[in-house]
Amino acid sequence: MLFLQLLRFVFVGLVLVLAVFFTVHNVFSIQMSEGALSSEFIMGLQSHLYVFLPLRQELLKWNGWGYNDSKFIFNKKGQAEFTGKRYRLGGMVLPTFKEWMEKTFGASLDHKTTSRATLNVNDVPPSIVKEEFLQDLRAAKISYSQDAEDRVFRAHGHCLHEIFILREGMFKRVPDIVVWPVCHEDVVKIVELACKHNLCIIPFGGGTSVSSALECPEEEKRTIVSLDTSQMNRILWIDEKNLTACVEAGIVGQDLENQLAESGFCTGHEPDSMEFSSLGGWVATRASGMKKTIYGNIEDMVIHIKMVTPRGIVEKNCQVPRMSTGPDIHHFIMGSEGTLGVVTEVTIKIRPVPEYQKYGSVVFPNFERGVACLREVAKQRCAPASIRLVDNAQFQFGKYVDLLRQISLSKGFNLLLFKGFDPNILCVATLLFEGDREKVLQHEKQVYDIATKFGGLAAGEDNGQRGYMLTFVIAYLRDLGLDYYVIGESFETSVPWDRVLDLCRNVKERIVRECKEKGVQFAPLSTCRVTQTYDAGACVYFYFAFNYRGISDPIHVYEQIERAAREEILANGGSLSHHHGVGKLRKRWMKESISDVGLGMLRSVKEYVDPNNIFGNKNLL
Amino acid sequence: MAPPIARRSRPPPSLPQRARQPSRGGAGRWVPREVAAAGRPLRRGRAAERGAGRRGGARNTMAAATAAAAPGRGRRGAPMYSQKELTSKKRDEFEDILEERRLSSDLRYAMKCYTPVIYKGLSPCKPNAIKSAVLQSEQVQYVIKQLAKEMGESPDIIQEEAMEILDEMGHNMQLGAVRFFAFTLSKIFKQLFQRVCVNEEGMQRLQHAIQEHPVVLLPSHRSYIDFLMLSYLLYTYDLALPVIAAGIDFLGMKIVGELLRRAGAFFMRRSFGGNRLYWAVFAEYVKTMLRNGYAPVEFFLEGTRSRTAKTLTPKFGLLSIVMEPFFKREVFDTYLVPISISYERILEESLYAYELLGVPKPKESTSGLLKARRILSDNFGTIHIYIGQPVSLRTLASGRINRCPYNLVPRHLPQKPSEDIQEFVSDVAYKMELLQIENMVLSPWVLVAAVLLQNLPAMDFELLIEKTLWLKGLTQTFGGFIEWPDNLCAKKAIMSGLTLHSNIARLVDGHVVLNDKGVEDGGVGEVVFKHALAILTCATYRNQLLNVFVRPSLVAIALQMTRSFRKEEVYNYFSFLRDVFSDEFIFFPGISLKDFEEGCFLLTKCDAIQTNQQEIYPTNKGGVIVSFLSAMFTPFVEGYQLIFRYLSKEAKEAFTEKQFIPGVRNFVFQLLEKGNTQCYEALSSDMQKNALAALVLLGAVKKEKMSNGFTYNVNQEAVNKILDMFDARIPVQKPVAARL
Repeated sequence: MLFLQLLRFVFVGLVLVLAVFFTVHNVFSIQMSEGALSSEFIMGLQSHLYVFLPLRQELLKWNGWGYNDSKFIFNKKGQAEFTGKRYRLGGMVLPTFKEWMEKTFGASLDHKTTSRATLNVNDVPPSIVKEEFLQDLRAAKISYSQDAEDRVFRAHGHCLHEIFILREGMFKRVPDIVVWPVCHEDVVKIVELACKHNLCIIPFGGGTSVSSALECPEEEKRTIVSLDTSQMNRILWIDEKNLTACVEAGIVGQDLENQLAESGFCTGHEPDSMEFSSLGGWVATRASGMKKTIYGNIEDMVIHIKMVTPRGIVEKNCQVPRMSTGPDIHHFIMGSEGTLGVVTEVTIKIRPVPEYQKYGSVVFPNFERGVACLREVAKQRCAPASIRLVDNAQFQFGKYVDLLRQISLSKGFNLLLFKGFDPNILCVATLLFEGDREKVLQHEKQVYDIATKFGGLAAGEDNGQRGYMLTFVIAYLRDLGLDYYVIGESFETSVPWDRVLDLCRNVKERIVRECKEKGVQFAPLSTCRVTQTYDAGACVYFYFAFNYRGISDPIHVYEQIERAAREEILANGGSLSHHHGVGKLRKRWMKESISDVGLGMLRSVKEYVDPNNIFGNKNLL
Repeated sequence: MAPPIARRSRPPPSLPQRARQPSRGGAGRWVPREVAAAGRPLRRGRAAERGAGRRGGARNTMAAATAAAAPGRGRRGAPMYSQKELTSKKRDEFEDILEERRLSSDLRYAMKCYTPVIYKGLSPCKPNAIKSAVLQSEQVQYVIKQLAKEMGESPDIIQEEAMEILDEMGHNMQLGAVRFFAFTLSKIFKQLFQRVCVNEEGMQRLQHAIQEHPVVLLPSHRSYIDFLMLSYLLYTYDLALPVIAAGIDFLGMKIVGELLRRAGAFFMRRSFGGNRLYWAVFAEYVKTMLRNGYAPVEFFLEGTRSRTAKTLTPKFGLLSIVMEPFFKREVFDTYLVPISISYERILEESLYAYELLGVPKPKESTSGLLKARRILSDNFGTIHIYIGQPVSLRTLASGRINRCPYNLVPRHLPQKPSEDIQEFVSDVAYKMELLQIENMVLSPWVLVAAVLLQNLPAMDFELLIEKTLWLKGLTQTFGGFIEWPDNLCAKKAIMSGLTLHSNIARLVDGHVVLNDKGVEDGGVGEVVFKHALAILTCATYRNQLLNVFVRPSLVAIALQMTRSFRKEEVYNYFSFLRDVFSDEFIFFPGISLKDFEEGCFLLTKCDAIQTNQQEIYPTNKGGVIVSFLSAMFTPFVEGYQLIFRYLSKEAKEAFTEKQFIPGVRNFVFQLLEKGNTQCYEALSSDMQKNALAALVLLGAVKKEKMSNGFTYNVNQEAVNKILDMFDARIPVQKPVAARL
């Protein structure tokens, strides 16, 4: 399980089935068929694959985010370009992007670092697995692999330090074996075998974790089994009367939506990582999607969960919207980050695919007004499916990657200048409305009316849509940065409304300060956006990147700064995490976050459910 | 002599981009501090050239003196503060700002183009806008609603009350008034003072600080001149003028009160603990100005002018108010700037002595001020203003503050600070005062006064010179910041001190005697009073040394009193003295052992003692130093004993401070008249109050709040025990000693 938001990979496993879903109008026009094709080659040498398995890593970068064919490059003219055809940005040349890189980071095309081209198999720690276990696996007809690439692929998520290690070093510990259950019963067998042989299981879904949750504990002496759920990816049934669907937990977000769409439904859960992250991972990390205003976060969508633990199977006896039977056991499961068991099947709410979607954007004279407007929208409970407010630095970035080019060219923008908007201060909100047409238009008017009260000016549909596209492409940027001595990361928090401005200002300032103190030569990029609104507060997302030339141990410096930023968030009344989870990266603050007793409660659940620490990824507690 | 370069003729400020918009994450290489400084030079550069050309090595001596003093410093303060400024011990050089005033037009100076650098996050607003922001703030509105509910009154009425408070309190800074002050103060200061010296590097640091974060100025308080001088200084250097917390008494002065208000003073009542509305309005007013970055906020940690020139123990109320926006993260950081203002001769010196002896302080009044104008014909020597390194509150607080209390309650609700916050505030207050003390400039006269007071009634002039020079060396070893006018021989320096302070001492037949005029005639009482007056005035100068000397001196006293070489015993007695004198001198709370070690270290450094693991013993030549040091503090040891004795024998069951002071004064007075004691300083009401406070702290006196103020109850037995310990008749026992 574990893996979530933000990041890359996975393309999808389809067992025999299907190949034809991508017909659906999908903004990013990702083509699923390639996966089916490439899967033919696969049949791993050392692997025992009882079914025709596609290996996801064939399509995905082994040392970076997303699809192999999609990335930012500088072409021969020194202009930035985004390759591949998967995204709307594909093939586009971004003439001013280089300037942005130089201006923002002091980066230069002359100073390049290169990743090693391929994984050096000899560096990978050997696979140590008892023969008895392999025999039992074979007897149970469960596919497995001890191939080095397969194991390394599942040894990490997408934290900066993990990618850095892939490019330049090697993990001290990786899984010894990867297993591919294809159904709930397989998982039951695997967990039983693990108990029998005393092994450590680390569930793996989409591999998009950004909390070090997938990293293998170095000191783990037992065989580590990476339980890859990617082959459990079927929709088991759809119940149109109750608007629910029962789905296997390994399904990747995008496939889930595509398949449901065939029947005219959707879940509406769209985390930024939805191309790669899995349903089980969402459950295990308490994920949140961009359209949560309409569809809710994962905890609002889940009706029933089946989880296999060393103690047995945990589930409820019925599929009801709510029950009063003591503390909700779902809440032990959601956010357990793979420490208790493997989520195998989830019944999730579905909705009819909305009739009409409309993007929008609003320009505000400054960030303060923008936040005030979002607060008012939340107060009136009229937030659209998605509403996001990016600060000026991100607006500038948008301009440079041409995503918001229209803003600068359009009449609207001239009007902005005329109205005294300072392009170095203004900020932009992007909007997404969903529903039936009439209501959307009505809703749109309501929101724009509020925005006007806060000095906002409508800036067009196009800019809104580009803004959302940016979200998916921005993850690819880090790989480009890494080639030119720029490292970066994103992190998030949730915070009460009255502290949003202070928190944003202080965290950004803290990052700048820490960089300075740690000897970073150029001012960093330190920027934020408000991405979700609630009645009582908001979710804030930070991006932070700097040029590390001249620093001998950039990862260490980076981690110190990230830690300082988290300290700052906590001191400003923000949470440890809104949706990324804790993993191993943020464990140190758990006690402070939920109190001694709270931590003890979680521990006692762990002790009961998994007394031998079979699920020994050491996350959370 | 080259014509002076007009200070104000520099080009209009061109601040580097980054200084104005540093938080915008954006572009380019860091602009290093030095470069940022160059973007807007203080007049330092030119002045330095000028100085170097004309006055040669004027500064070098100072630098040397500082350097010599360096090794002993910086050990103070709790270990948790590994502050940079404590390690950089070199002090800045001074520049005289009056010099230029004497050479160019005051009028032009007053009318100069004044465009101060301001806080980067400032949204400019008028004094009245601040007031209405305060009135509308959630904080004040919350309290108004609460009070309305409790008292069953309409919120409007209470709101009106709040408005009145604000009107009484609020400043109304106007450039016109500032210019008026710039003009008149130039005239007055030139009359009163020979030189007004300021460390320009400090000004430069302050300039940066003001742009970066909200700034709190924390000057020492010896005279009414303090805040006038500081504002004058900031005006001179084109820095944002501070808003100043002033006592409400000033409002009693017609016209002047209003003028001060227009120059940026805001007025606080002396006590308003019980008045929630007042507290809310006041706190919010200060915080609004701070958060907004409207202007540096200035107030006096000591709360009032120190009548004894000894730093008073800090008051915490205002400090905790200005720290709160940071605790609540409404600002990223706040700079606290300790400022040491040292007077060669204090304007109010004789008034203070009268006050200490119980002659009430004249009420602040305009007519009083006018009457005081005769002092304009007098000479008050040099003022030194040392702007300390701005201390980042964030740095101080890092790792110390539990953030929970502020995260769990809406920030606008009034919240009693938690214990660790209170402790932190107190630590910061003491730290700031210690930083003030560290940079107080000591004039030769201070040394003379210290020597003279040990050699009354008369002292041979040559001997005085010799002893003074000796003390100078010792003071520097202890880290004192002595300003000894360049290439001035000791004799001249002391003579000029005697001239300046002719009201205190004079030279008669090669002997220096105290100037207690009128002692000859009058009754015995009169004689004692006049003599006390002279001694207390003189002591005001010696007192400036005490906080520099207190640690080694208490060790010296402990050595003498315990007659033991065992470290543990000496430490116990030291620790006892430190507790007893905790209101008299400034000690960082809770680091008794560290203070002891510092005392021992300094004594070892001047070869007065030697120590090993278990023992401390004076060296052969150390006897002189040890007895000098203990004699320096004898007035306090004896004075406290007298006061304790009074309390143990004469005090009634329950008494108020108003009864206590005259009581103990009469008691001491009679002893003096009879010649049973020579401790005139025990007449000082300051010492009397401190001694009482010490007993309260030690638990020998109970302090209770009654409807009419505080009353005190003495536990005779406990006081006697303390007296016995004082005389070392019974040993002081302390478990801490195990750690030695």
